Amino acid sequence: MIITVNGKETTLPENPARTIDSLLEELNVSQRLYVTVEFNGDVLDRDAFTGTPVKEGDVIEFLYFMGGGH
Amino acid sequence: MLTDEQIERYSRHIILKEVGGKGQQKLFDGRVLIIGAGGLGAPIALYLAAAGVGTIGIADADDVDLSNLQRQVIHFTPDVGKPKVESARQKMEAINPDVKVHTYKEWISAANINRIIADYDFIIDGTDNFAAKFLINDACVLAGKPYSHGGILQFDGQTITVKPKESACYRCIFPEPPPKDAIPTCSQAGVIGVLPGIIGTLQATEAIKYLLGIGDPLTNRLLTYSALRMKFREIPIKRNASCPVCGDNPTITEAVDELDAMTVCDLKEP
Ligand SMILES: [Zn+2]
Repeated sequence: MIITVNGKETTLPENPARTIDSLLEELNVSQRLYVTVEFNGDVLDRDAFTGTPVKEGDVIEFLYFMGGGH
Repeated sequence: MLTDEQIERYSRHIILKEVGGKGQQKLFDGRVLIIGAGGLGAPIALYLAAAGVGTIGIADADDVDLSNLQRQVIHFTPDVGKPKVESARQKMEAINPDVKVHTYKEWISAANINRIIADYDFIIDGTDNFAAKFLINDACVLAGKPYSHGGILQFDGQTITVKPKESACYRCIFPEPPPKDAIPTCSQAGVIGVLPGIIGTLQATEAIKYLLGIGDPLTNRLLTYSALRMKFREIPIKRNASCPVCGDNPTITEAVDELDAMTVCDLKEP
């Protein structure tokens, strides 16, 4: 299955049970507990991570907190 | 009216058809507030002063520390120990005596932010903590002030411009701050010294374009920069109907301090 993650085409083994929540773990995404997930153009509520299946062609952006400036 | 000396000083602006004498006058009439006189604030303050932005506010309660000099290029070695806003004001006035600099030697908080931003056309977030970043977003969105968000971490940075109620805001992307100390924000994480120069200069560009009324603002897209990969990316962002401050049913209706997001580091000085 091919999805787009942060602008890169990413090939993943077929897994019908894959959700946004499991993808975060599978890809070892940093700031996993706080990262914002933009799913096909919309910011996804954190509550929806476990209930949102990942399908062929999905476009996913992980948006990270960056708190520095000084 | 610009004097002969000003026409010479700003000649490289004035010959741009997008700027001209009229545009230079707009910059001169413009009022920009920079919150934070550190890594991001340094290039922002220097470039806005050089560009002839007529009134520039700069807010920071900190004093210059030796460890700041690796990246905060507005502060020099003899400035260690001086208030950052004072050190910054001296350099800005030395670059351009035409500019009026207002200094605020205070940390912004819910108690003072509305008063401070009220006098400005455009606000720039150059702070180093989430409490301030969320407070600036909320106060600017609620007051209808356009502003530029910037954030940096180690080798990465990101920036977005917010036009309140027209374009996505910081909370449209990040509805609430991360818990205290969950994300490294200060000295322990480190930052490559050039990084705030890049992100801060982008933010200053947004302020100048806004004052001139030219080009396309960095709205509804988050620009991210990786110094290690030497890559910029642009991520389209939409306004979020469930945004707590600019969504359909806002829960934030006045600027309040995000006490949970304040870290020991942020609170090191009163
Ligand atoms: Zn919003």
